Parts: sequence; structure tokens; C-alpha cells
Amino acid sequence: MIDSIEKRMLKEITGLHDIPQGAFSLRKDGESAQVSSTANIEIRPKKDKPGIDVIVKPGTKGESVHVPVVITATGIDDMVYNTFDIGENADVVIVAGCGIHNPGGEKTQHDGIHNFIVRKGARLRYVEKHYGEGEGTGERILNPMTDLIIEEGATAELEMVQIRGVDSTKRDTQAKVYKNAHLVITERLLTHGKQFAESNVTVELLGENSTVQLLSRTVAQDNSRQVFYPRVIGKNKCRGHVECDSIIMGEAVVRSIPEIAAHHEDAQLVHEAAIGKIAGEQIIKLMTLGLSAREAEETILQGFLK
Amino acid sequence: MLEVKNATYTVEEEGETTTILRDINLTLEDGKFYVITGPNGGGKSSLAKIIMGIYPVTSGKILFNGKDITTSDVTERARMGIGFAFQQPPRFKGITVGELLYLSAGESKRGRGCNFLFDVGLCPKSYIDREVSSSLSGGELKRIEIATLMNRKLDIAIFDEPEAGIDLWSFSKLTETFRRMHERSKTTIVIISHQERIMEMADEIILVADGQIQQKGDKDIILPNIYRDCNYTKNCLERIENVDR
Repeated sequence: MIDSIEKRMLKEITGLHDIPQGAFSLRKDGESAQVSSTANIEIRPKKDKPGIDVIVKPGTKGESVHVPVVITATGIDDMVYNTFDIGENADVVIVAGCGIHNPGGEKTQHDGIHNFIVRKGARLRYVEKHYGEGEGTGERILNPMTDLIIEEGATAELEMVQIRGVDSTKRDTQAKVYKNAHLVITERLLTHGKQFAESNVTVELLGENSTVQLLSRTVAQDNSRQVFYPRVIGKNKCRGHVECDSIIMGEAVVRSIPEIAAHHEDAQLVHEAAIGKIAGEQIIKLMTLGLSAREAEETILQGFLK
Repeated sequence: MLEVKNATYTVEEEGETTTILRDINLTLEDGKFYVITGPNGGGKSSLAKIIMGIYPVTSGKILFNGKDITTSDVTERARMGIGFAFQQPPRFKGITVGELLYLSAGESKRGRGCNFLFDVGLCPKSYIDREVSSSLSGGELKRIEIATLMNRKLDIAIFDEPEAGIDLWSFSKLTETFRRMHERSKTTIVIISHQERIMEMADEIILVADGQIQQKGDKDIILPNIYRDCNYTKNCLERIENVDR
């Protein structure tokens, strides 16, 4: 059973109104609360440390796995190790995410260390959403670390979103992409108040005809700070595209440092980075459609972070 | 009916005041088709923008259906039924063509918006889910801008150089769309244009130059004057060029 706050957290991070069906693992307040496997997707708790192994059988198609984490207590310091093994030619969706409702004055922190092996010809879509709220003054901290190996002919699409309410986050993502494999990372992040966000992404294109598309769209409001360091390293005939866009508002500070490194003459790598405020013409245009200036701003931000 | 009374618009730059529009008096009657034309930098777009509220008048008044809207902002004027299509529309990352049409209608009228996309020469199926971003060409963006305005229920629709950046084939379709809009609705249409084909469609022509309305009236009276002046200017320029050689 989950209470109304937990339900709200769950809805924010997974879009679900209750405990998921099918294969899932629900972690609450630093402990595993419920685990369920299916015929094709086995979820088993790790024996040596907190966390789970998610094993998707080869050839599994059209199934999904939910692995949400919900924390509603203050003073929790949770670290979890999850391993995802996506079998050859499988095609699955994994919905993760963490919602913290901190009701007290102590810091609540969740660090997730995720290792993925996307085996030959498999296809993975991974959605991870982070959200924080709570009437307490204690910090809400989320530090995800994601490590991917994308084998020959496999594809991984990662959608990593920070909705709002996270006081501090340090996101580290690393990927190795092999022959004819493809990786798409879309990062969307909002900071406000005095929040801080740092995202480090390193992608190594190791195999022939491997590709990566790395798109980061962020909004920094108030006095918040953001630092982005996406790196793509091409070590074979490959293609990589890095695009970082940030909207800056108020007294916020955004640093964006994309890096591309070619170690092969057939590596084609491109990076783009832009930081700027919402253009006045955009606001005016939406006002000519009948939106107030505030509604126009919200519409622009929602679209940008969608 | 919209009335601009003794309107002046000035801008301050580096301590200097420049008058963009001076003593503008203009009445736009319901359901009429107006074309504002004139030389570049003469004040045509500024005139349209003071009507929409994008630029504030420095002095004078603007009345809409008898109500003083001089201090009303863009949103208020838009909600009253005044619309404006930009000469260079902005792009929006993350907002799709369908969403923009939805916003323009103010309610769920996406189906009608699709019809207007077709009217401006775009296949709705190919465009409805595309972002209004740099993935669109200037011409495509312009046509979407026109469609968003047509999708609104308006008393006055102002189009700032709608033909600019649009190819010949789409231009024909566009003029036909304006003609139909004029025939089938009671919307007052105001188009800023230099195009003869658009000017020929107007009920009245408004010639703006040097920040003032130089002429306003029936197109059959005004257009011959404009063509004569244009020929005069062209001949002058040719003479100057010959002297220079």
C-alpha cells in the first residue's frame, strides 16, 4: 500500500496513479518495498548491496519495467545500485525516477548508480524523472550515475528529466557505443531558487558507424546555478551531435562546456551550445494570440522543457 | 471600427528623440480590405504595431468600437479581436505547429487550423507535429504565421508583408486565401504590402511615408498616383545613375 503523498510522487515521476503492473520494483524511504517479475523480465534484489538486477530475456518485445523510488521522510541517505541487462534483440521501456517529499529539517538524499548492458540488436528506451517537494527546510538531493554499454546494432534512448524541486544534483552519465549502435540522450532540467545542478556526460563512440545525439535543454531561474559538461569522443567512423540550449532567468548562472574529440579521421562530430533569455518577440507573439505575458512565458518554458 | 487619432510615436536613443510616426489620423471601417504601402522605413510596420499595442503611442488616442484602448496592452487588444501576423515571426523550440494553432484558436480548433495550413500551401499532415524552430525555413514559418492569424476569430487582422519570403506558387494561393477571407468573413483586413496583386485586391490603399499618412482612399484613385510616383522615382534614379557614369 502507498499513501496519498507517495501516490502523488509516483504520479509525478512515472505518470502512474498507483503501484505499477507487470515487472516493477518500488523503493520507499531507502528500502525495497515491493518487487514483481514477469515471465520475460526478472527483477531480483542484489545480495551484496542495496539495489536490484533487472534481467530482460533476449527477444522480449513491447514490455516495460517500472523502478521508481519514493522518499517521504526527512534525514534519509539512500544509495542504490541497479543493474539492467537487456537481452539480445529485446525491445523494452524502463521507467525510473525518484520523488522526494522532505517534510523536515534534515537533508534527504538519494544516489542511484545504474549500469546498463544493452545487448546486440536490442532496443532500450529509458525514462528517468526527478522531482522534489515538501514543507520542510531540509535539502532534497539526487545524484544519479548512469553507465551504459551499447553493443553492436543496439539502440538506447535516454530521457532524463528534472521536473523541479531538487536542491542539488550531480548527474554523471557515461556510455560506450559499439559497431552500428546508436545512443540518444535527451536531458531536460529546471532549477529555481538557490538550486544547483551539474551534469557530466561522456560518450565514447567506439564502433564503426556508431552514433550519438545528445540534446540538453535547461531552464535556470532565480539564483540557481547549472553546469553542463557533455563530451563526445569519436574513436572510429562515427557521428556525434551535441546540442545544449539553456534559458536563463533572474540572477541565475549557467555554464555550458561541450567538448568533442576525434580520434579517427572519419569521425564526424558537431557541438552547439546556446544560453539566452526568453526572446521578447516570443512573448509578444504569444500575447498577440491572447495570452498574458506570464502565460506566454510559462508556455515557452513548458514547450522548451517538454 | 478602429480609429487612430492624432497619434505620434517617438523613440529615444542615446539621448536623441526620433519621430517614427507623426499626427496619424486613420479610420478602419468594419469588413474593409486595406493595404498599407509606402517606401521602406516610412513607418508602415510601426503604424500596424501601434494598432496592435506592440509599440505605445507617445501621444494621441486609439479607439476600438468607440472604446479607448490607448493604454490597453497587446493581450487585451488580442482578446478584443485584433490580430497581427509578424513580418519575421519568432521561432519556438519545443512548441509544435499544432500547438501554436491550438493556442491561436484559444480553444480546441486544431481541425480548422489544419484547413488554414492547407490554405497557405502547407500539407497539414507533414507540419502539424513539427517544431516551430529552426527546422522550418523562413517561408514555411511565414506561412504558419499567417495560418495562426486566420485560425483566430478576429475583427481586425493585420498582416505585415505576408508575401515576403514566400515562393511564387504559394503566393498565388495566399492571395486567393486573402480574397476568400475578405469575401466570407466580416473581418477587417489590413495588409502591409508592396505587391501589385495584393494592392489590386484592396478596397482602400493607405500610403505611408516619412512617418505620415500621405494618401488614403479608394484603390482606383490612389494606385495610379502611386504608380506615377514610382515611375517618377525610377526615372530620377536612372537619370542620377547616368550622370554618375
